[in-house]
Amino acid sequence: MLTLIKRIIKVAWLDFSRNLGLSVATVFIMTMVVLLISLLFLLNPIAKVLISDIEEKIDVSVYFKKDTAPEDIFQLKDQVSKLPDIKRVEYVSREQALESFVEKHKNEQTMLDALNEVGDNPFLASLNIKAKEAAQYEQVAQFLEKEEFKDLIEKVDYYQRKPLIDKVFSTISWVNTTGIFASIILGMIAFLVAFNAIKLAIYNSSDEIKTMRLVGATNWFVRGPFLIQGIVVGLFATVIALLITFGFCLTFSAKVQSIISDVNLTEIFISNLWLIILIQLAAGVGLGVISSAIAIRKFLNV
Amino acid sequence: MINLQNVTKIYPARARSKEKVALDNVSFKIEKPEFVSIVGKSGSGKTTLLKLILGEEKPTQGRVFFDGQDVHRLKKSQLPFLRKRIGTVFQDYKLFPNKTAYENVAYVMEVTGKTNEEIKRDVPQVLGIVGLTDHANNFPDELSGGERQRVAFARALIHRPDVILADEPTGNLDPYNSFEIIRLLIKIYELGTIVVLSTHDKEVINALGKRVITLEDGKVIRDEERGRFIL
Repeated sequence: MLTLIKRIIKVAWLDFSRNLGLSVATVFIMTMVVLLISLLFLLNPIAKVLISDIEEKIDVSVYFKKDTAPEDIFQLKDQVSKLPDIKRVEYVSREQALESFVEKHKNEQTMLDALNEVGDNPFLASLNIKAKEAAQYEQVAQFLEKEEFKDLIEKVDYYQRKPLIDKVFSTISWVNTTGIFASIILGMIAFLVAFNAIKLAIYNSSDEIKTMRLVGATNWFVRGPFLIQGIVVGLFATVIALLITFGFCLTFSAKVQSIISDVNLTEIFISNLWLIILIQLAAGVGLGVISSAIAIRKFLNV
Repeated sequence: MINLQNVTKIYPARARSKEKVALDNVSFKIEKPEFVSIVGKSGSGKTTLLKLILGEEKPTQGRVFFDGQDVHRLKKSQLPFLRKRIGTVFQDYKLFPNKTAYENVAYVMEVTGKTNEEIKRDVPQVLGIVGLTDHANNFPDELSGGERQRVAFARALIHRPDVILADEPTGNLDPYNSFEIIRLLIKIYELGTIVVLSTHDKEVINALGKRVITLEDGKVIRDEERGRFIL
């Protein structure tokens, strides 16, 4: 058995190296396919960060009357926090709101003068509520409309923001769905491209395969070298794709981070290195072997 | 050993060609050991007959038996075991283009499970017998037509098969090499191997004085124990 395996590997390597032009072309195509799959994988955390950033900007604010005691606000905060799908509830005191305004407009003397004109701190204490889903904001707004809170709450700005909130969440949902759909389509195209490349390579050997069968080779003796070649092509493609992916991340990491500060490509690459290697191996070697196995079946019918 | 019973082979019509009757109700037996020459014009069915024995083609009607087994009722997985008992010299050589002469011949020994030591011992010997020792490391496209034919011949007999099917083995050879090949075939036959030789070579047939089956338009018109090539 060991002799047989050694022979199969030897035949596979000789065929691969003696058909160098065809082998290189196949490796090139497979590398492109593996790179595409890696790119889809790397885009996922970037997309998540972008979406998360946008979601962070969406919230509903509850403004409390001037005379509402902080203890009442904290009690309401606890109740709101316990509502389903609430991500975060932040309390901003009147003083913090004033400080924030002054800091934001520190270079705008007009605004500061206007504030001085008012004299008193005009800002109200508030709760900024962030939910996981757009639908949840409606429920929060309805909760806050309860009779028991009417004496505490000055204003809830949900209904003013509702059109924007709905639009943002619907866009995010569309992006997610389209992303999944596009990934599936691209994945299928990638598979078909790789499969046809390997099929062409095997078709090139169709006469040889027939002769192997005619001189008494069993199906596995014929098939084995082609499966090994599929593995070899996949391995080469994986190594090259890994190097290109790493190079890409190193080269463009700073540039991407200047646009999206939370995204560090190199860090994403290194922290997911084993997963990336696994995905590329599964894509490269898996595609190579499966494509070889399927493509050769037709020619074994002698 | 080889038994054809009422074998007919019809190639179906294709886009621009009519239906072709390659063999028409052919029956004969070949026992061990025999030297049988199959003669006939081009298109008389000689190659088709050899393909049917090898299981490369299926008969339209009739049955082909090899050592008592119906070749075309065997499962695909069993065909290799039959083919390992047959050595075939194909009319178009069918050499592996990416293997050297040595590797082409060694392939059959690998297929039949011979050890590396046996391969290293026997392949150079057989290449020497066919006069290709100096070309062992050449690829088929570096060899002449005659040299390729000799590689094909070496590959057919390296594993000492029970039957040798030779389809025009001297077609590209000069008279000296043709004589050598036929002499080898006779020697192999004398050692107990069935030899089925398809040929146009009148001189060879008449010199052999062995059984001759003559085909014409797919039919056996003559089957003589000590046959001659008759036009």
